[in-house]
Amino acid sequence: MKGWNREEMAQRVAEDIPDGAYVNLGIGIPELVAQFVPRDREFVFQTENGLLGMGPTPPAGSEDPELINAGKKAVTAIPGAAYFHHADSFIMIRGGHIDVCVLGAMQVSARGDLANWSTGEADAIPAVGGAMDLVAGVKRILIVTEHTTKTGEPKIVAECTYPLTGRAVVDRIYTNLAVLDVTGEGLIVRELAPGVTLEEVQAKTGVRLLTSTPECAR
Amino acid sequence: MIDKRAESAAAAVADVRHGATIMIGGFGEAGSPIELIHALIDAGPRHLTVISNNTGSGRVGLAALIARGQVRKMICSYPRSANSMVFPELHRRGEIELELVPQGTLAERIRCGGAGIPAFYTATAVGTVLAQGKELRRFDDSEYVMERGLRADFSLVKADRADRYGNLVYRRTARNFGPIMCTAATTTIVQVREMAEVGAIDPEHVVTPGIFVDRIVVIPEPQQESVLVKEGRCYP
Repeated sequence: MKGWNREEMAQRVAEDIPDGAYVNLGIGIPELVAQFVPRDREFVFQTENGLLGMGPTPPAGSEDPELINAGKKAVTAIPGAAYFHHADSFIMIRGGHIDVCVLGAMQVSARGDLANWSTGEADAIPAVGGAMDLVAGVKRILIVTEHTTKTGEPKIVAECTYPLTGRAVVDRIYTNLAVLDVTGEGLIVRELAPGVTLEEVQAKTGVRLLTSTPECAR
Repeated sequence: MIDKRAESAAAAVADVRHGATIMIGGFGEAGSPIELIHALIDAGPRHLTVISNNTGSGRVGLAALIARGQVRKMICSYPRSANSMVFPELHRRGEIELELVPQGTLAERIRCGGAGIPAFYTATAVGTVLAQGKELRRFDDSEYVMERGLRADFSLVKADRADRYGNLVYRRTARNFGPIMCTAATTTIVQVREMAEVGAIDPEHVVTPGIFVDRIVVIPEPQQESVLVKEGRCYP
């Protein structure tokens, strides 16, 4: 199959996270990153509802409704975990103590603007949660998303049309087709998924892409 | 002698007046003081402003309070969930106001309210619709938005154990907004699973010191919101 599937995208993200990192994962594909921690590395997962050292999903039947993640799903706490209240949790996030945050996206602009919380439609009930705090405070913001919407529209665009989560906050984008860096010059293609051409990535992107390495020029 | 135990949940919330501002702890059902909320439904005050991260689910707890028309305005970060119908319906009909606040800003507004800090600046929401109409200011090389501290007339919080002084210990991720909400209300009402003898909670392990707590209600076997929702229960 051409390109990366959801698990491969999550695995590709995990490869870029350094040993010892404190990491917050968003809902959806970002959650899968926890399954692909490289063998020689240790990540500590933070969930903003008050747990540092979040472990995997518990076996069926041993869920605890008072031990959940930010998506309100049952989780576990690893040995060495810590619980804390919301103000401390967002001191970690807003005070720049979390190293990496992996989030999904509705749209990302060439400047690294992110829209991932609201369609802005008049009858939609807006719900922001911790997304704006995470993008404002976490040191490195990684986006993992399908390259286009379900109807084939580009998600990587010149200007976001949905309401923003934050301006110029994204560092790197991982899609099913490529890995792209947000730079002062624009979006640079760092890596192509297997069987994917630069032309194809460009055709599915709403803004002109730059290339840096010979590998990407193929 | 100090003994903050109230006779019952009903007695603990009996003086909540129409138009009061109330903080309600919980992140989803974890930490939601469902018995105190049900007592508030029975007591019947209206035109309430409620500060809580979510808007409840099904037709029990916070969602039931909203469904009864007792809430004029919600201040929250995430008014949607898988089983949350009550708030969206009322909001679409224009019957309940929403002040949407980023979760970390909500937590910090409550913390500041409790600490006597009227306002603060944060980078969160700068450049977004949630900063519109608010004061912006540059510090060093970055832009920040001013947010106001939040206080309430009452806080309703769930903890695990208390002693008669009001020292509290929480359980796992049910702690969430509880400790900061305890600090930010004129009257803080806490439901706990059990009382501890004075001295039985190691002072090193106290999470909320008793000075922040006014009334304690013991609910030995609290109901689980998700179980009630699954059973299709409706309060009252």
